[in-house]
Amino acid sequence: MLFLIIKRILLGFITLFIVSIITFVGTEVLPGDACTTYLERQAFGEQLEACYRRLGLNVPAYERYVSWALNAIQGDFGYSLSGEMPIKEVLGPRIKNSLVLASAAIFIGIPIALILGIITALWRDKLPDVAISTVTIFAMTIPEFISATLLILIIAIWLEWLPGIVIVPTDVSFLELLPNIILPVVAIAMIMTAHMARMVRSSVIQVMASEYVQMAILKGVPYWKMVFKHVLPNALLPAINVVALTIAWLLGGVVVTEVVFNYPGLGRLVIESISNRDLPTVQALAIILASIYVSINLLADLLTLMLNPRLKTLQIRK
Amino acid sequence: MKLDNIYKEEKKSTFAKLSEIIITMASRPSGLIGLSILVFHIILAFISPYIAPHDFKAIDPTLMLQAPSAEYWFGTDDLGRDVFTRTILGGRTALTITFFGSLIALLWGGLLGIFCGLVGGKIDDVVMRIVDAFLSIPWILAMLLIVSLLGTSTEVLIPALGFFYGKGIVRVARAATHDVIAKDFIVSARARGHSNFSIIWNEIIPNVRDAILVEGAMRWSWMLLGFSSLSFLGFGVSPPTPDWGLMISNARGLMSFAYWAVIAPIVGLSSLIIGINLTADAFAKALGIDRSTKAPV
Repeated sequence: MLFLIIKRILLGFITLFIVSIITFVGTEVLPGDACTTYLERQAFGEQLEACYRRLGLNVPAYERYVSWALNAIQGDFGYSLSGEMPIKEVLGPRIKNSLVLASAAIFIGIPIALILGIITALWRDKLPDVAISTVTIFAMTIPEFISATLLILIIAIWLEWLPGIVIVPTDVSFLELLPNIILPVVAIAMIMTAHMARMVRSSVIQVMASEYVQMAILKGVPYWKMVFKHVLPNALLPAINVVALTIAWLLGGVVVTEVVFNYPGLGRLVIESISNRDLPTVQALAIILASIYVSINLLADLLTLMLNPRLKTLQIRK
Repeated sequence: MKLDNIYKEEKKSTFAKLSEIIITMASRPSGLIGLSILVFHIILAFISPYIAPHDFKAIDPTLMLQAPSAEYWFGTDDLGRDVFTRTILGGRTALTITFFGSLIALLWGGLLGIFCGLVGGKIDDVVMRIVDAFLSIPWILAMLLIVSLLGTSTEVLIPALGFFYGKGIVRVARAATHDVIAKDFIVSARARGHSNFSIIWNEIIPNVRDAILVEGAMRWSWMLLGFSSLSFLGFGVSPPTPDWGLMISNARGLMSFAYWAVIAPIVGLSSLIIGINLTADAFAKALGIDRSTKAPV
């Protein structure tokens, strides 16, 4: 068991290591280096030299990678190109803002997804299922930027209930942020909830068809007791993993949504730094987003492992 | 006699098999709706250059932001271009890029997956670790990096999308290969002394084809989503190409009074994505593959 956990964590680190190499090589082969892009026409002579020295570009690539990686582990990502600010300081408030957005969406989304998924599974192919499933297919398949644009058009422009875009400085307090984030949270939660509800549905349906549930029915266990005692615990376990994958996948959706609502989070920083060719920031963002992805997956793996006694013995036997 | 029948059953022509699958797909209401939407969009993509009432890039300042009328069915945008023309041509852009992108994804993802599943061992471990690492970079960041590295021409977008969306197919193809690899007919093919290539072509591909195709169909709708998100962010095809994502992002700023310019591409893109999705779902069901428990990675 402990061996298994350590192995999972190690695999996560190996993945992050490969990601860091991919992004390092990826940004390395961009045409022109950071200094020529930044200085544009003044990219010659002393200024270029000074810029190289400041960014440490005058040493071979592998040495730069090692020193960058060593600093990054300690949370120091060097200096951003455009703002000449430490990337750590740029990232801090952005991470906080994105975290607020994402966690609000998750806290709203997961309970709704569970309820919808269970309802649709228990009333499979009946009216509640058909109605909810149709809505979830729409919510799931329509791109975030379309649902966000429609939300702005209907709620903010036609009904004038909420502000359509977020015009706040990067470092406002949570309470000031709240009315501004309702629409973006709804936009993100909608698509995430739809995905998870469908997974919960099929998971519950699978368990309902299993032999021990049939046995419980034959034994005469009351329906709701059977649902809560036998079906749900077994159905929700495998769903944890898939839910984690969905959350990780939505990192991309968060980027788009933040751009639509002009929200000062990590996602908009991704677009800004790529447009500005701010390579040090792009590298930092890539490794941070990948770490979030890897740790969410790791957490889900460990959680399923701990909650499911059967899986433990199964894995060890292997 | 009986053996003869079995043999005939297996030798059904590809066309007959295909029409059987399509009939099964259309027998469900959701499949029928999906297929009709998709066929409608494909036909429109082929004929749109011939039925477009106006020039898609004709700029006319005197016709800026006109409401829908008999002349301009969906109104005009901020440069006085006909929104109807641009909307029906937008489907052509989206379908062309994502269709060829999906083909590339299917090819390299499927072949690499089958190869990994077949050889196993160290090579398989290393390749899968790299695929995992690629999977953990958010798609949007990876796509943005590729596009800012190589530009936004069609020749770059199609292989880039194909490459990026193919890595998920690697996993599916590998898993499907793992399922068949231990079966008796592979073992006997090996015993007959068939080469690896012959085993892949004659034994494995016919058995994993369905799983890979279903995955590819699903990837197609995600690729369309990814591609139009890129266009929306300004990293997709460049103007004045008629493209839905681009049209939505252009018209968004003025939608408080010119909502038609944003509604038309929204309807186009949403209907195509839903059409592809429903078709892919029906396709999976017709082939008896359940993919509802899979996460969208």
